Formats: sequence, C-alpha cells, structure tokens
Amino acid sequence: MGDFRIKVDTFYEYFVTYEGYRDVLEGLKNTLIIAVLGLIIGTVIGTAIAAVRVMPKYKRLPRMLNGFCNGYVALFRGTPMVVQLLVFYYVLLPLMGFNLRSVPVAIIVFGLNSGAYISEIMRGGIQSVDPGQMEAGRAVGLSFGTTMMKIVIPQAIKNILPTMGNEFIALIKETSVVSFVGAMDLCVAFKDIATNSYEFIVPYIAMAIVYIVLVALISLGVKWMERSLRKSDRRN
Amino acid sequence: MIDVIDLTKVYGKLVVLDHITETIHEGERVVILGPSGSGKSTFLRCLNCMEDPTSGSIIFDGEDLTDMKVDINLHRQKMGMVFQQFNLFNNKTVLENITLAPLHIGLKKIKGREQRAAFKAEVEANAHRLLQRIGLDDWADKYPSTLSGGQKQRVAIVRALAMNPKVILFDEPTSALDPEMVGEVLDLIKQLAHEGMTMVIVTHEMGFAREVASRVLFMDGGHIVEQGTPEEVFDHPKHPRLQEFLSKVL
Repeated sequence: MGDFRIKVDTFYEYFVTYEGYRDVLEGLKNTLIIAVLGLIIGTVIGTAIAAVRVMPKYKRLPRMLNGFCNGYVALFRGTPMVVQLLVFYYVLLPLMGFNLRSVPVAIIVFGLNSGAYISEIMRGGIQSVDPGQMEAGRAVGLSFGTTMMKIVIPQAIKNILPTMGNEFIALIKETSVVSFVGAMDLCVAFKDIATNSYEFIVPYIAMAIVYIVLVALISLGVKWMERSLRKSDRRN
Repeated sequence: MIDVIDLTKVYGKLVVLDHITETIHEGERVVILGPSGSGKSTFLRCLNCMEDPTSGSIIFDGEDLTDMKVDINLHRQKMGMVFQQFNLFNNKTVLENITLAPLHIGLKKIKGREQRAAFKAEVEANAHRLLQRIGLDDWADKYPSTLSGGQKQRVAIVRALAMNPKVILFDEPTSALDPEMVGEVLDLIKQLAHEGMTMVIVTHEMGFAREVASRVLFMDGGHIVEQGTPEEVFDHPKHPRLQEFLSKVL
C-alpha cells in the first residue's frame, strides 16, 4: 500500500498546493448549473410538448403544433447529446449570429435535449391520471388548459417524480460531454489533475466518488419531495 | 331549456344515438332509464358536449352547443354534472374542490385587491354553507381520498351546485356506491328536486326514479322508445321492450 500512499500524496499536492481544487469547484459549479438549468428548461419544454400531444385535435392549430412537437422529439432523441452540442456551439448559434460561451450553450442544449425526454415522461404521467379528472374540470366550465395546469399536471408530477429524478441524475452524469466544446466540468477538472500529475488512479477514484455523492444527494432530495407530495394520499 | 334536435352519435360503425329529438323544460326532473348499451349515458353526456355529437344540435340558452364557435366552457358553467365515479379533484381539498371553478372563473373578471379578497371570502363562505348543508363542513380541509364514496358523491353534487347551474346532469350517481351509502346521495338529490332544480338523471334506482321524476324516458338501441309520467311508464308500460325491461328490474 506504500505505493498507493504516494499516489494519494501526489493527488493531494496537485489538489491543494497547485490549487487543483479551484478547477474542481469551478467544474462542480458548471456541472450543477448545466444540469439544474437544463432540467428546468427541459421541464418547461417537456410539459408544453406533452400538453400539446394530449390536446384534443379537432382544430388545425393543435394538429400543426403536434406535428412540430413530433419532429422536435424525433430530432432530439434521435441524435446524441454530443452531436447536438457540437452543432449548436460550432454551427447553428454562430450562423444565427450568437457567440455564446460554452457553458450557456451547454445549458441551452441540455434543456432542449432533456425537453424531448421529459415530454415523453410527462405524457406518460398525464395519461396515468384518471381521465375523469379532466372531465370533471371541463364539466364545471374550466378550459382544457386551466384543468391541465390546476388538476391534471399536479397529479401527473406526483406520478413521475421518481422518473424525473432519474432524468436529473442522467443529466448530471452527461455533463461530462461538455468538454467537447471546451467547458470546464467535474470530469475535465479531475482529468486535468490526472494528466498534470501523471497519476490517474486517485483523481479518477475521487471523481467517481464526487459523482456518487452528488447522485446520492439527489436521490435523497427526490425521496423527500415524494413524501411531501403524498399529502393528498390517504396515509397522512 | 335544452332542445335536442336530431341528435346522432356514432362510434365507428356503432350507432349509439339515432336521430333523437327531445326537449328538457325548466323545472323538469327527467329520469332516463334503459338497458346498458341503450345510449342513455351517451345522451346525457351529449347534453353538455362531454361527448361531441356526430350530428344534430343541442340548443341551450339560445345557442347551439355543437357549434365549434360557441364558448362551451361558458355554457358548462350553467350545466352542472355529477359522475358515476365522483371525479373529485384528488389534489385539492374538499373546500378547494368546491371553490376552484367559481374562484377561477369569477376572479378573472374582478380587478382590485380588496374586491378580489372580498369575492374570495364570499365564495368560500358559500362553499362552507354548502358543506354544512351536507354535514361535511368538518371535512373542508381534508383530501377526497379520506372520504367515503357517499361523502365524495355529496361533495361532487355541491361542487356542481356552487356554480349556481340552471340544470344538473346526473350520470348514474349511485352506481359506484356501497348499498348503504346510496340513500344519503339520493336524499340529497331529492332535496334539490323539491327546491325546483332542473335535472336530468340516468339511474338504475327504480324506486328513486318513480319518486323523483316528473318525466321518465325509456331508451333502447339509441332511440327513446317510450316516455311519460312515472305512473304511465312504471304502471302502464306500452312498448314491449319496456315491459320486458321492467319485468326484469322490478
């Protein structure tokens, strides 16, 4: 174990003395910002798409919106996140005249991408709510949109919360692809320490531990939210 | 009050309602009887366009509800509906179930914080009055999942009442209830009948139908095959299909 001891010391030297922890903190911050904002944007987009998809389709506008949403989901689920990131950062946004830094671009792409996945999660959640709830809302004269927002979606969210937790965890882990556009994240920060010190084992183990702790914290948070949302169930 | 003109509803090739023309007058208590699959629930649900008629018109308040340009939500506020499965809003308390629609619809028209607060207080006071009437005011802050079936249905009925509807449509209001809870729900409906509320009721409770109805419609195969006062329909049925039906259920 003496050998390992030296590796730990080397890691410590690069982490503390050469201030590798600054990069790690910066990376942690970016990872969290990208995943959290991505999830928020994704939830908004996903909810909107899911609402369009369950809308009654008598009129032309909902039918057109539905076609657009189908295309959107097909596009963003059909290509890898890395590809979307590269296309947005190097091609699409510059063409449109935006020169954003890599972290904002990552936030946008993560939001758009998770929107496609969350729309499917939300649709399943909405369809799992008893259709009688929508009927009752419409029967007292509330519009489709109001009933959706006030009655159906709050119940759907309770059903899909565990799945949304999974989506958040997936986003956290997937932030490791943002190095493709030169953004600093947890993965890059530890990789830098590893390559600088020529010692790979300890930084990579440390990195894995940080991810595991993050994910464990999220799981705890989701459990806590589930409990507080169970208010309207029988056991209270 | 509701004029049904040449109403037809088709699911695929199945004709559920076949060119029905009928009028519901103000103050009437119309009970619809019929075997399952006769189209009675579909007929009721077409009255407020919960099911879209395939063809024909529903004239309510001088407007054709089947016209896509008519704001159906506005008219549904005047047509209460009570469901077989109660359909209370699970994520709202008993009180919120009653106040949700009146508040949402009323507050849109009111400006000014004080006026809004006053309106909210008024709606809530009214909801408490309604809950007191059915003896459930102590349950105002509970969620529907803690209520029994009979309690849920009574809350569903006062939820409809809170909108001050001109007519209430009952879709088999007691069919999902335990036998011992049927009475409390029927008693409440009878009270409303005595107060002169216009209602259309689909039910299998024959004794209740006879007691509460001012007119009974008997449906079979998408047609209204016979109608009349409860005495005429129950004591002197003319149509063989009705005679057969009554011999089985009475």
